[in-house]
Amino acid sequence: MSEGIAQADQPQTLEGEGRDLFSKFDDIIAMREGLLSKGVEDPFNLVMEQVLSPTRAICNGRETILLGTYNYMGMTFDPDVVEAGKQALADFGSGTTGSRVLNGTYQGHKDVEEALRDFYDMDHAMVFSTGYQSNLGIISTIAGKGDYILLDIDSHASIWDGCALGDAEIVPFKHNDIEAMEKRLKRIPEDAGKLVILEGVYSMLGDVAPLKEMVAIAKQYGAMILVDEAHSMGFIGENGRGVVEQAGVIDDVDFIIGTFSKSVGTVGGFCVSNHPKFEIMRLVCRPYVFTASLPPSVVATACVSIRKLMDAADKRAHLWDNSKTLHKGLRDLGFTLGTDEPQSAIIAVIMPDLEQGAAMWEALIKGGLYVNLARPPATPANMTLLRCSLCAEHSEDEVQQILTIFEQAGKQVGII
Amino acid sequence: MDRSQVDARIRELAEPFNKKGIEITDDTTFQNDLEFDSLTVMDFVAAIEDEFDIIISMNQQAEIETYGQLVDSVHKLQAKP
Repeated sequence: MSEGIAQADQPQTLEGEGRDLFSKFDDIIAMREGLLSKGVEDPFNLVMEQVLSPTRAICNGRETILLGTYNYMGMTFDPDVVEAGKQALADFGSGTTGSRVLNGTYQGHKDVEEALRDFYDMDHAMVFSTGYQSNLGIISTIAGKGDYILLDIDSHASIWDGCALGDAEIVPFKHNDIEAMEKRLKRIPEDAGKLVILEGVYSMLGDVAPLKEMVAIAKQYGAMILVDEAHSMGFIGENGRGVVEQAGVIDDVDFIIGTFSKSVGTVGGFCVSNHPKFEIMRLVCRPYVFTASLPPSVVATACVSIRKLMDAADKRAHLWDNSKTLHKGLRDLGFTLGTDEPQSAIIAVIMPDLEQGAAMWEALIKGGLYVNLARPPATPANMTLLRCSLCAEHSEDEVQQILTIFEQAGKQVGII
Repeated sequence: MDRSQVDARIRELAEPFNKKGIEITDDTTFQNDLEFDSLTVMDFVAAIEDEFDIIISMNQQAEIETYGQLVDSVHKLQAKP
């Protein structure tokens, strides 16, 4: 027996003790502890004990108006949608346990893709298990080594992660800045493959992109165009196809990315396209291939919801009214908002700093109103935002109640 | 444009972003010494790109940590026809 093994373990003093791979998170841990030590309710640990409707829930023991759920069209409790889910659960079971390219394509997956083709009037539709995976998959697969991706600096995390997963050269430009985009496009080598990535609605401030101009310029330089319409589906454009439809450029974009987790009211994501070779994506796109497909109940609810969104013109009109009323009301109360005019169903209230933002969030939740607290680094220009997303099921009366709660909270915290 | 000319132009462009007036040498780092956050980096890079009519992709930016490395990269990029 060697001496080394026979000897008892000696306490060792290692250099950098107490540091490990988690040390990189120390700053954010400290920020969070600092915030919570002041006794505020944790904005990132809210539990909805009961959900009463698309606009009401019991949160932390209180009945609360929901104004931060992205449930724009209020489809989550639609009787036809719920019934379709129950039926699929009974007929097809709780899950597919397989990839779309193996045993995970059920009739429901084909049906929801058909519904998407009809909704967008496009040739191809491919459904992913989440919206995040749709961007991750399409972007990383189509733009490869030597290609260039030009994207808005305020793009969603799923777009950035799609860029990071691929091998293309990544070139960001200033948010919604047409000139900055064109200048960069002009400098990309002429023979290189180019993909321009834009969003219809940017979710932090709720502002829309100048798609008419940007799409025209991207086409002029021979770039393919991908537009993420996650926050506009079902609501913006005559048929709810998004900002691309409203701007009259839907036929000029190559890919539209969307999600089931907002207006559609469930979970999942998709890409629609008219590209003649699009179907090959199903074999080469790894975030599509190497993951289990959506449960049958989910695709069944999505399918019914999408078809109902096709003729939801009245709901769209009511949601616009809600957005306008809330925007004007908050402005009249003296709050600073992310946009001068309401451009979408998102209204961002800009807070002076994180501390007052958290205090305001808490005052709102105690007053019976849930909104999203958005903070750096997820926000543009390191702003702290209270992000409100309206629902077509919010009644006029509820919007007035929301304004009253905002007024009381704002005065209590001293922001207005 | 030779390296010293590129250096002089970038030095001018960096001035408004160097809020604390830190002395810049080739070894000065953007993240630690100059404390540039991601938004400052974007504005600074955009200013350089427009000045030299080049693109510095994020892939290239990831390789650049110090002021000297930036000047070298821009010098190389703008020399290309």
